[in-house]
Amino acid sequence: MDSPLLRVRNLSVTYPGDDGDFRAVRNVSFTVGRERLGIVGESGSGKSTTGRAIMGLARPPARVHADELLLGEIDLRQQSERQLRRLRGKRMAMVLQDPKYSLDPVMRVGDQIAETHRTHLGSSKAEARAAALEMLQAVHIRDPERVYGMYPHQVSGGMGQRIMIAAMLIAGPELLIADEPTSALDVTVQTQVLSIMDELVRERGMGLILISHNLHLVSSFCDRVLVMYAGQIVEICDAGSLADAQHPYTRGLLAALPELGRKRGELPQLQRDPAWMDDIAAPLETRSRKVGA
Amino acid sequence: MQMRAWLLDPAPASRRQAQLGGWFRAWLAFRRNTLGMIGLGIVLLLIGVAAFAPLIVDPASALTQVLADRLQPSSWAHPFGTDELGRDILARVVFGARITLTIVVLVSLIVVPIGLAIGLPAGYFGGWIDAALMRFTDIFLAFPRLVLALAFAAALGPGIENAVIAIALTAWPPYARLARAETLTRRRSEFIQAAELQGASHLRIIATQIVPLCLPSVIIRLTLDMAGIILTAAGLGFLGLGAQPPSPEWGAMVSTGREVLLDQWWVATIPGLAIFVTSLGFNLLGDGLRDVSSGRG
Amino acid sequence: MSAATSGAGHTVGGVARRIVAPLRRLGALLFSVALTFLGLTGVTFAIGRFMPIDPVIAIVGDKASQETYDRVYRELGLDQPVLVQYGTYLGKIARGDFGNSVMTARPVLEDLVRVFPATIELAFLALVIGVVLGIPFGVIAATNRGRWPDQIVRFMSLVGYSMPVFWLGLVGLLLFYAKLGWVEGPGRLDVAFDDIVAPVTGMLTIDALMAGEGDVFANALGHLVLPASILGFLSLAYIARMTRSFMLAQLEQEYILAALAKGLSPWRIIWVHALGNVWVQLVTVIALTFGSLLEGAVLTETVFAWPGLGLYMKNSLFAADLNAVLGGTLLIGAIYILLNMLSDLVYAMVDPRAREPN
Ligand SMILES: Nc1ncnc2c1ncn2[C@@H]1O[C@H](COP(=O)(O)OP(=O)(O)OP(=O)(O)O)[C@@H](O)[C@H]1O
Ligand SMILES: [Mg+2]
Repeated sequence: MDSPLLRVRNLSVTYPGDDGDFRAVRNVSFTVGRERLGIVGESGSGKSTTGRAIMGLARPPARVHADELLLGEIDLRQQSERQLRRLRGKRMAMVLQDPKYSLDPVMRVGDQIAETHRTHLGSSKAEARAAALEMLQAVHIRDPERVYGMYPHQVSGGMGQRIMIAAMLIAGPELLIADEPTSALDVTVQTQVLSIMDELVRERGMGLILISHNLHLVSSFCDRVLVMYAGQIVEICDAGSLADAQHPYTRGLLAALPELGRKRGELPQLQRDPAWMDDIAAPLETRSRKVGA
Repeated sequence: MQMRAWLLDPAPASRRQAQLGGWFRAWLAFRRNTLGMIGLGIVLLLIGVAAFAPLIVDPASALTQVLADRLQPSSWAHPFGTDELGRDILARVVFGARITLTIVVLVSLIVVPIGLAIGLPAGYFGGWIDAALMRFTDIFLAFPRLVLALAFAAALGPGIENAVIAIALTAWPPYARLARAETLTRRRSEFIQAAELQGASHLRIIATQIVPLCLPSVIIRLTLDMAGIILTAAGLGFLGLGAQPPSPEWGAMVSTGREVLLDQWWVATIPGLAIFVTSLGFNLLGDGLRDVSSGRG
Repeated sequence: MSAATSGAGHTVGGVARRIVAPLRRLGALLFSVALTFLGLTGVTFAIGRFMPIDPVIAIVGDKASQETYDRVYRELGLDQPVLVQYGTYLGKIARGDFGNSVMTARPVLEDLVRVFPATIELAFLALVIGVVLGIPFGVIAATNRGRWPDQIVRFMSLVGYSMPVFWLGLVGLLLFYAKLGWVEGPGRLDVAFDDIVAPVTGMLTIDALMAGEGDVFANALGHLVLPASILGFLSLAYIARMTRSFMLAQLEQEYILAALAKGLSPWRIIWVHALGNVWVQLVTVIALTFGSLLEGAVLTETVFAWPGLGLYMKNSLFAADLNAVLGGTLLIGAIYILLNMLSDLVYAMVDPRAREPN
């Protein structure tokens, strides 16, 4: 693999609270190349927090610490807010969960795509509009001219998410973080949205971080999978070799996946071991597949 | 210290302890709100001044006309000077606090029961009762309040009692809305259904279960409204529709001071300042209370 | 309307809903406006009936004979049942007949038309001041939540809420007119400038501009600026406060995060995206503010001897001129109600979502 797009070493995010600090992300290390990396984990395991911290958009009053946070050659920790702004949208972007909330309700969707272009490429109104129309086409929207002028409430969820993807990719970032991009969508359009995203990411040779609850989806869609539990990475492995996962939590998740041909009632309940909460002594190396004990 | 520990006990032994603890915690949160504390100070000062007025100043000097002493500027004998009839302005302002306080108390005593009487049944019974009562409330809510109060005050004739009635007649609708909203959110709670199952009458449930739950938000709203009530009353007084001379009502005092504004500025300015500071006090207090109740810092 | 060309859900029911729903909303709106107006006339009628001033004596004077008194009593319809009287009253209002003013001996409607432009001029400038300053203040407070700009705006708003407008007017006159001489005194115009410009709109600044009379304009503005600033400060307090809380709610929305992720400037995120959504709610606030400015005019105009609706009503009150008082009340009330309705309609125009039911 050539030099990674993103290198994260010992990233921690802490929320100060009334009764002590809450460590939402603890010593997380991983790299992303021109590949599709999945992050799975249960609700509250720190997936979104990780994604936002990379973008430099951790929810205040969060404190972010990292030993290394490199986007290509750029040290994200050293960037001023102003410099970060030039990177967001241009070098890295983020698609959020629900297009119903992540699109500005009173602005035409086309303008919301075009504004990314204008911001980063300093284009004229007409240029940005042309680029946005092209981008709408790229996300397989049939009648771009018409859709350009619609308001978010007039488009369906699947279309909204494709518009969001268009707005995020129009300035040509090399890294896309997609935080549960399909969980708010109708099942019937989930695959469609994912495959459009996949197509664009491949075409442009981008890196993708796909955050999801859904181990099944992630393992079939991504090259590598990263499993988080209570703010830590407990497992990193190739999607193909998930079956060989070592950590009991991952094994539990796998066992809990419903499979065709198995009766419903047999789904085992996930047993949690309090020991998993403890800090993992030696933060794992990116390439290792085995974590903890 | 022991008291504090008892109040803040995370596992209160009795309902009473839990309740007092809740209040105490709210107080601790409120105490950190500087502006709110200033407001509380002003309101307490107003109450103190009104209660001990005769001890602070000589009651006679508020009303006795000493024509030889007309329009005196500030001096040791008259810190705020004297008005056009030679009365001590400080004494009049101090006694005016009583009038202001009387007005807000009376308006509250009228407005809250009316608001509850309309809002509670609307929220509790729902259906057409709700629709009718709320339609009625909306109509009143859409009226211009000050102008209506003016018209009422004009119709009823000038005087402090009529000013109170006029203000109350235009001030109740928000309370009806509030009471209804609060009732709606509690209506389906289990303890109310439990009370219903035990065969408690509607009236009893409303009086014993729902009213106490509505009161905190009603009180906060009332505190925030106090300033508006004071300003409306003062406005009526200024127009000559409120308290009548020689009563030392602040709005009326500003009005009489108007004639000598350019030469003896203090006659109009001092009572106006009293109106301003008092309503600011209530606003600061209400704002602080609202912050605490909505859990903001 | 383009709302019917929605991309999603081309079902017949969907289309029908999109056409029928706005009509139904309009119908409901008109109904409630009519009902509120009926309520308003009911109240003014009741006040008129129960006013301790005898309307007959107000007309004939207290020296009139019993015969004259009875005749006028019947002419005024006071011998009819209350409901009939109310019906007659409504009919008259519908024809624009508010009766004659005792004070000016002219039809009340004519008086209202004459004095109202002065009030509009005052209230409108005040509103402009309140909007132009209040919205930015509210935005700045929200984006600096908890820090000193927020505290300042908050305190300023509370000061505005607590200010007796008549007193502020007097202090303003004392300071800016008498002591500093920065503005003109009470009234709308110096005597020297009277009758130079023929009234067209009734708003002196505009009339002077149209007539090209620079001096008259300057003088009229000099008179206008202080009362308008004082009323403007009060509306500023309210608008800033509401803008702040609306903004805070918007800044927590996901689309703000998305805008940040796109790398947009804070300026664009705050003033275009967040404020774009706040506008929708501010429409109602601005309409309400204008309504309360008309009300506030009663006190301000008294202080500034501003010959508008407020002063007219105040003078009528003391002349026991019932028709004039109730006519003024009806006018302000009706404008109030119309503003409410208008803000609902504008809301539907500003907010693309309002065309469809949620
Ligand atoms: N502003 C905040 N203050 C305090 N704690 C927070 C804050 N935001 C998030 N957290 C906590 O951080 C933890 C991680 O949250 P995060 O949103 O990253 O989880 P997640 O893995 O994305 O979950 P989900 O699948 O539900 O989206 C959670 O336990 C959450 O409670
Ligand atoms: Mg998440």
